[in-house]
Amino acid sequence: MTAGPVAPGVPTAPAIDLEGVTYAWVRGRTVLDIPRFTVARGERVFLKGPSGSGKSTLLGLVGGVLRPAAGRVAILGQDLGGLSGAKRDAFRAAHVGFVFQMFNLVPYLSVLENVVLPARFSAERRAKAGDLHEEARRLLAALGLGTDLVARGVTQLSIGQQQRVAAARALLGRPELLIADEPTSALDWDARESFLQLVMRECASAGTTLLFVSHDVSLSGLFDRSVALAEINRAAATPAGDAGQTRSAA
Amino acid sequence: MSELLRLAFASLWNRRGTAALTVFAIAVSVALLLGVQKVRTEARESFAATISGTDLIVGARSGPLNLLLYSVFRVGDATANVSYSVYERVARHPDVAWAIPISLGDSHRGFRVMGTSEAYFEHYRFGRKRQLEFQAGKPFHDLYDAVVGADVAAALNYRVGDEIVIAHGIGNVSFAKHDDKPFTIVGVLARTGTPVDRTVHVSLEAIEAIHLDWGSGMQAPKGARVTAEEARAADLTPKTITAFLVGMESKATVFMMQRALNEYRQEPLLAIIPGVALQQLWELVGVADRALMIIAAFVVLAGLLGMLTAILTSLNERRREMAILRSVGARPGHVFTLLVLESGLLALLGVLVGTALTYGGLAALQPWLEHRFGVFMEIGALGGYDLGILGAVVGTGLLIGAVPAWRAYRNSLADGLTIRV
Ligand SMILES: Nc1ncnc2c1ncn2[C@@H]1O[C@H](COP(=O)(O)OP(=O)(O)OP(=O)(O)O)[C@@H](O)[C@H]1O
Ligand SMILES: [Mg+2]
Repeated sequence: MTAGPVAPGVPTAPAIDLEGVTYAWVRGRTVLDIPRFTVARGERVFLKGPSGSGKSTLLGLVGGVLRPAAGRVAILGQDLGGLSGAKRDAFRAAHVGFVFQMFNLVPYLSVLENVVLPARFSAERRAKAGDLHEEARRLLAALGLGTDLVARGVTQLSIGQQQRVAAARALLGRPELLIADEPTSALDWDARESFLQLVMRECASAGTTLLFVSHDVSLSGLFDRSVALAEINRAAATPAGDAGQTRSAA
Repeated sequence: MSELLRLAFASLWNRRGTAALTVFAIAVSVALLLGVQKVRTEARESFAATISGTDLIVGARSGPLNLLLYSVFRVGDATANVSYSVYERVARHPDVAWAIPISLGDSHRGFRVMGTSEAYFEHYRFGRKRQLEFQAGKPFHDLYDAVVGADVAAALNYRVGDEIVIAHGIGNVSFAKHDDKPFTIVGVLARTGTPVDRTVHVSLEAIEAIHLDWGSGMQAPKGARVTAEEARAADLTPKTITAFLVGMESKATVFMMQRALNEYRQEPLLAIIPGVALQQLWELVGVADRALMIIAAFVVLAGLLGMLTAILTSLNERRREMAILRSVGARPGHVFTLLVLESGLLALLGVLVGTALTYGGLAALQPWLEHRFGVFMEIGALGGYDLGILGAVVGTGLLIGAVPAWRAYRNSLADGLTIRV
């Protein structure tokens, strides 16, 4: 199910490198205008910003789901602008793991089947995972999920458990980059911190770069670096847009 | 592809309630289609099997279909007769194996009466060269003996030994009866599923005997009548008959004989080959059954459109699922394929269940159909045409599946990874 050979990425290049990137959902209303934003390999970055400021949009650009109106998006040294849609999809499947705010799981697949999904779409992830089911069980255990949950339907899990499954899935096959879009917002504080610590431990052991988006600045201390979107986004300053004019997170 | 197929399966299983309904709707429509097709082929076969083994049907010159209809199907009337001497000449011809005379014109309580000879019981064939068999009794021997078909016996509750009276003419309710010369039933034929079942058979001589004192459609006045016993003494060689069936010694001579008869100088004759005439007749009748087939096809289409509706309505609540798949590496093309596969699977399951329904129904109805209509529905493997139909149903299912698939494809392009709840 993979789309031919996947662009490998350059080992020495930064994990994320945005240059002169702009994006507008609606013509004339620029949401993002980012002169430069880089994340080094293995770095763990906390990205904050008010609701509607364009955090998810930025993640879409980094994941290669959205194409910038202008500028260059390079992930692991690979310029995404030079890849076709199918190649970008394949590149994402091979190198990037995603965790979203909620409802991350395919409802008709078991926990284990959900976790091994990336390997079904990427030969690279499959190869790196080794024994798929063993690796899936290891990740689930590392994220604090008991083996008794593994064969269960995902709809029987609590939200916290679901997020752990989603994280295990995103980490399967050791992708170079993990993108998390407010994965903890549905969890209580204790759960947030333990979740985050487990994810970070896995990232560290796999050398995975982590780009983590959240409103919740109380978590920012756990990261190498904390970035406010407004700092890197020139569009946030323009009063014309609705973005950047609302309350500040905290 | 196999991964997507597994996903499609899992997804359908997750919605097995609605999926089962969709499959059932398709299955019922497919069963209807197969059923109609089965009845169609069966009808055509039994139609073609009405008469077999006969090489030529000879009558007075009229249309071939008319001749076929009155001589074989007992429908309609002959416009003119054939002289008995022609029949005798043909019957004696060295190339001719046998000839069966047919004399029609009278009836018994709505059933046609046919005058013929013993050759009829010996040489008449139907279906796959099947001979007439007796359920009870034997062929007619005495002048006033009659042999009735299975339907006649069943409908009128006749048994060997019963007496019957033949009516003059073929109206359902005929007032002119040959009640001075009653007949005795000596034989009941086994069911054939052909017009033979609805025929009362007597000898040619008997037809002559009951018409001895008849002229221009009326019986002679009381004093000039001939009694049943007096008739036995009379010369009962017919002057004319309605038609006759001919079996040739060799197939090679059929066309030669046909031409000779059609060009016969003394009398305008028509000789037809039954298979050819049956084919022509079927083409006329076939319009109705083609219409039936078209209706059944539309019912299948309705079943498939039901599936389309079901998938389309499920699509919105599945946007999230599609976005998740995209985030783990599925391309929009995968999303498209997944949905086409789901439709294909539903259609395939529908076809399988529908086929099972057809066979089940056939097995259940077979005895009743045979008993009630004399139609034997053979349960055999699906024919090439049936398989073609089933393939077309699955193909159409896949094609229809492209509609929601295209929708989901567009959605997944527009949604990207943003998950809308
Ligand atoms: N699919 C879309 N079509 C059109 N406009 C969109 C779309 N997605 C987002 N936007 C707009 O782009 C801007 C940024 O949205 P985005 O989702 O990136 O914000 P965010 O920072 O992730 O907010 P939140 O913290 O609430 O998730 C908003 O003004 C939003 O209305
Ligand atoms: Mg967002």
